[in-house]
Amino acid sequence: MTDPADLTIADAGARLRAGELSAVDLLDAVRRRASMTEAILHAYLTIDHAGASKAAAEADAALAGGEDRGPLHGIPVALKDNMVTRGVETTASSRILAGWVPPYDATVVQRLRAAGAVIYGKTNLDEFAMGSSTENSAYGTSRNPWDPDRVPGGSSGGSAAAVAVGSAFGALGSDTGGSIRQPAALCGVVGMKPTYGLVSRYGLIAFASSLDQIGPIGRTVEDAAMLFEAITGYDPFDTTSSPGPVPAVRAALDRGIAGLRIGVLSELASEGVEPSVIAAFRDTLDRLGAAGAIIEEVSLPTTRHALSAYYLIAPAECSANLARFDGVRYGPRIDGPNVEQMMAATRRDGFGPEVTRRILLGTYALSAGYYDAFYGQAQRVRTLVVREFAAAYERFDALVTPTSPTTAFPVGARADDPLAMYLSDVCTIPSNLSGDPAISVPVGLDESGLPIGFQVLGPALGDDTVFRVARAVESLVGFEARPALATSEGAA
Amino acid sequence: MPVEIDIARVARLARIALTDEELEHYGAQLTGILEHASTVQALPTEGVEPTAHPLGLVNGWRDDEPGTTLDRDEVLAAAPDHEDGYFRVPPFLDE
Repeated sequence: MTDPADLTIADAGARLRAGELSAVDLLDAVRRRASMTEAILHAYLTIDHAGASKAAAEADAALAGGEDRGPLHGIPVALKDNMVTRGVETTASSRILAGWVPPYDATVVQRLRAAGAVIYGKTNLDEFAMGSSTENSAYGTSRNPWDPDRVPGGSSGGSAAAVAVGSAFGALGSDTGGSIRQPAALCGVVGMKPTYGLVSRYGLIAFASSLDQIGPIGRTVEDAAMLFEAITGYDPFDTTSSPGPVPAVRAALDRGIAGLRIGVLSELASEGVEPSVIAAFRDTLDRLGAAGAIIEEVSLPTTRHALSAYYLIAPAECSANLARFDGVRYGPRIDGPNVEQMMAATRRDGFGPEVTRRILLGTYALSAGYYDAFYGQAQRVRTLVVREFAAAYERFDALVTPTSPTTAFPVGARADDPLAMYLSDVCTIPSNLSGDPAISVPVGLDESGLPIGFQVLGPALGDDTVFRVARAVESLVGFEARPALATSEGAA
Repeated sequence: MPVEIDIARVARLARIALTDEELEHYGAQLTGILEHASTVQALPTEGVEPTAHPLGLVNGWRDDEPGTTLDRDEVLAAAPDHEDGYFRVPPFLDE
């Protein structure tokens, strides 16, 4: 029999309801898998053993009493450690929050609990979600399950790695410039960024508020859709939350793609992309075409400037958001003779190099005399990106690109070159600027056995279309490979 | 566009204490990143409004109804220093 840790959320839920497995069994399976993989992977920063055990027992009792809370009932899931959890340490991988135990749950955490999910632990990330590899974590780098000498991607690298090996059935990540989709691609799982405003950011430790969005990571498109439906919806505690209806994504999954018009973003599917990634991408396009989708190339020239606009907007917003970490309300303090020196010493000690770099960059870009030339201009360029996408969606139902120009890179390979690291996100950043939904689906392995991701982008509130195309890609490609780490116990 | 940065001033504004060596290091990196990023200045944006919320939502208000707030003692317990229900900090001015 399959190890329960390898079941999809959908299958685990079916076995749970058939009485073949309990929520406690599912949690035990995840624990066994974590105990085999964590020494290598370091996907988790904190595991909430007591809280998870209690939640699993409650889930079993509720189900026995006839109370079924839906698809996530009894399912162990992981949270990126920039989502606050009442009573469980939350650091966002930063020393400046070392030891902080939040007094409340993020809205997404409340919703997962209400849906019966069992929160197993908090996963590693690049400090404050700034990075593409988890190498910027103050608590060590997570590893790629397919090759531990390589990064899992980032910033939600811990969440993607945990889902890939089965130390969680699903996870939440956050995506400011690709931080869900890029690690999902590099770890061979599904990762989705919802339309901005669909998921509450209340209790998400803010990085760049106009770009940040929480989203699901799963081993299948359906699993990701189940998580999506549990966490979306209006929240009065987030002023940017969308009060309108949320697209019904699960209902759209199996509508097929015959007749759908799919645009290939030529700027992001050519230069600078590894040949193996291009080959898998083109092969997937052929399959979509054969299944009846109408495939055409489309040029969006402004996307060439998206990376530049992003690296002005995101640091500017980060410098404002991270002003709150000043040694006054939470985290450690380095004492000083006056308030300013205390704050400067605390922040120097608490922030790692990438966060320091972005705070400085953003402070400069927002400072007197430069605001309009940098931040103001970048926000206007953002409008151009939004318009260009909107025009493309008059002709196309969805747009596609590779998720990442490369497969997983070796630990250390880009650590000293911020610009090279930033280029990891060239295909994912445009949809953060536009606010539109996007998803990454695994479509193959390169010659080194590393996963390749295929990205589907849709118009604002077209999350159902994005899931629908992703589901078609998943079934047409039939990607079933699992990382060696997840399967080695079968042999042992 | 050539970019000139008074990095010591920027670090002071950001309240991060850095050594001269670190200032030089970050200053050089910022110059490189900004020269790359300043390509956005070449784009024609006259008359274009900036985008802050992709769905165009502005001023989301919740109903003005009393509700529970965070427990003060619990919040203060997470602070480095507190006294009589307040966060406590060093003096604002040197004595």
